Amino acid sequence: MSRTLYDKLVDAHKVCDLPDGDMLIYVDFHIMNEYTSPQAFSGLDTKGFNVWRPEAHLAVVDHVNATRGSAPHDAASKLLIDNLQANCTKHGIAFYGLGDPRQGIEHVVVPEQGLVAPGMLIACGDSHTTTYGAYGALGFGIGTSEVEHVLATQTLRYKRMQTMRVTIDGDTALGVTAKDIIMKVVQTVGAGGANGFAVEFAGAAIRGLDMAGRMTVCNMAVELGARAALIAADEKTKTALQGHSHSGQFAFNGESWISDQDAIFNQEVSISGADIEPLITWGTSPDQSIPITANVPCAVDYISSEAKAALARSLRYMGLSEGQSARSIQIDTAFIGSCTNSRIEDLREAANILDGRQVAAGVEAIVVPGSAMTRIKAEAEGLRAIFEAAGFEWRPEAGCSMCLAMNDDIAMDGERVASSTNRNFEGRQGRGARTHLMSPAMVAAAAIAGHLADVRDFK
Amino acid sequence: MKDKQMTKTIMGIAAPLPLANVDTDVIMPKRFLITITREGLGDGAFADLRFDNAGQLRPDFILNNAPWTRASILIVGDNFGCGSSREHAVWGMRQLGINACIGTGFAGIFYDNARKNGLALPIVSPATRDFLLQFSSDARGHEISIDLESRMITAGDISASFEMDDATQTGLIRGRDDTLDTLEHAGAIRDYEAGLNKEMRISVLK
Repeated sequence: MSRTLYDKLVDAHKVCDLPDGDMLIYVDFHIMNEYTSPQAFSGLDTKGFNVWRPEAHLAVVDHVNATRGSAPHDAASKLLIDNLQANCTKHGIAFYGLGDPRQGIEHVVVPEQGLVAPGMLIACGDSHTTTYGAYGALGFGIGTSEVEHVLATQTLRYKRMQTMRVTIDGDTALGVTAKDIIMKVVQTVGAGGANGFAVEFAGAAIRGLDMAGRMTVCNMAVELGARAALIAADEKTKTALQGHSHSGQFAFNGESWISDQDAIFNQEVSISGADIEPLITWGTSPDQSIPITANVPCAVDYISSEAKAALARSLRYMGLSEGQSARSIQIDTAFIGSCTNSRIEDLREAANILDGRQVAAGVEAIVVPGSAMTRIKAEAEGLRAIFEAAGFEWRPEAGCSMCLAMNDDIAMDGERVASSTNRNFEGRQGRGARTHLMSPAMVAAAAIAGHLADVRDFK
Repeated sequence: MKDKQMTKTIMGIAAPLPLANVDTDVIMPKRFLITITREGLGDGAFADLRFDNAGQLRPDFILNNAPWTRASILIVGDNFGCGSSREHAVWGMRQLGINACIGTGFAGIFYDNARKNGLALPIVSPATRDFLLQFSSDARGHEISIDLESRMITAGDISASFEMDDATQTGLIRGRDDTLDTLEHAGAIRDYEAGLNKEMRISVLK
């Protein structure tokens, strides 16, 4: 019988059915960070469990660490970092901490290290674990209780999801990036539109993306509610597997990690690549986005009173007026970083816009490379020089930084940020901070203009 | 480990929280996440909605007003719990005294985290949710009842069914430890591993 890629991955990892209707699935590889794992380790210790297979886990420091230098910025974050290291030492788990040349944002580190391959099942206490779908691997985020469960059993309790295929056909226009593609999908499907679904991305516009672009797409699939995102493995995937320190460790034989041609999905969504423009978010949910050429919505655009009230609330928080043009929105800060957009390809994309130009007066511009390896590569390519000449602050240490402001990179109350990150929630980048999501190139364009701007005007 | 005491019915005053897409950053702001324990998160739950910048209670937030200060059930908008995987959001809600959220749909990771911590998330139709929003807005604070076994919600004279998958229902009623339960299948896990090729086992370099 024909199967989707998702079903093949679930079938390949099923350990057994459980009496209550769940199944146990096997986790090939598990990643931890310093903030969602401490209570899992203490749970193990309290209950007297051992780690089932210590070599199948990796712990990375990324969420709370400072990026201005390698020393923790305060005692509380130091406690989290030290606690993770102590737990890893105790249980024999690999730990890539501050100062380690392999350290960085977990979802940037894993592909760099060659720890993702088609056919794998990867779990992590972080919602953006959907990133690994770019490689034809089943990656998904879990809570801390489930982190404990994976540590103790190498499995998870699992319920098979429904499948959705999102096809983006045709070519996208110049200036449209992977970020714009996924933001368009979030806008089309809605912030909770894929709850309960595993989403496979297909179509010429997806196949045309490089691996970094595919990771951006799968990374943000969680913003439409998808618990898993997938892209069929192809020649680009095969090439990307080569040349890393763990290359060749995982080769799941006998399966082609693509959906069968006549596989049936529970839901199909189709988007024309030609209809996608560079997008920005105007509100406080990732599906509240508009083309950079458009205006912020008005109450008359909505029918229900709930929708009108939601619009008013978002606009109040964001400090915007109905019908205001996107390009009239002045920014205070430009931020390039995060597991969505801090890879070398993202930095090149932004540097391409910044080359020979200057950040507008009064705009604070920061770039945080996704990993130590990415930073070194970018410096060798001359990207750092371009960013710094333009007036960007180049951070020497890697981490999640201002994407969620768990370290000391916190936007102030009312501060407006053009951000290459993944969530524009209220308070996400700091209490009262106002986030506009966009591609790294669009952040660069906004930094130069001092207001949200169309990257296509910066050729 | 023996099962904890069974929870078959959840009763209490419900508070209406109709906002859509309430994310886990709003449920548990990041400044409360710098911790290595599960404790002390009750103050963090909905902190930016409950308190103003000076730390004073916001009078416009429902849980700050009687009778909803005693609410143990929330009637919530679509896609509640979206965003970050932080289980701290669920821990904080439990420590605030919330035993159930009733809505039309929940984000996946939040749903799984809730089950592990005894937070029931009955899924109802939009019509039932709208009725419950209205019912819970009544300042007389009538209780509602959630029967986990029969999957029925009763509010005044009205009863309505809800959706909940079998495993979640069983887990909530028994309040069991999933990890302990799973270790009873250790043999099946070893059998699965025995079937893996050497090329299918990651060994992370230290």
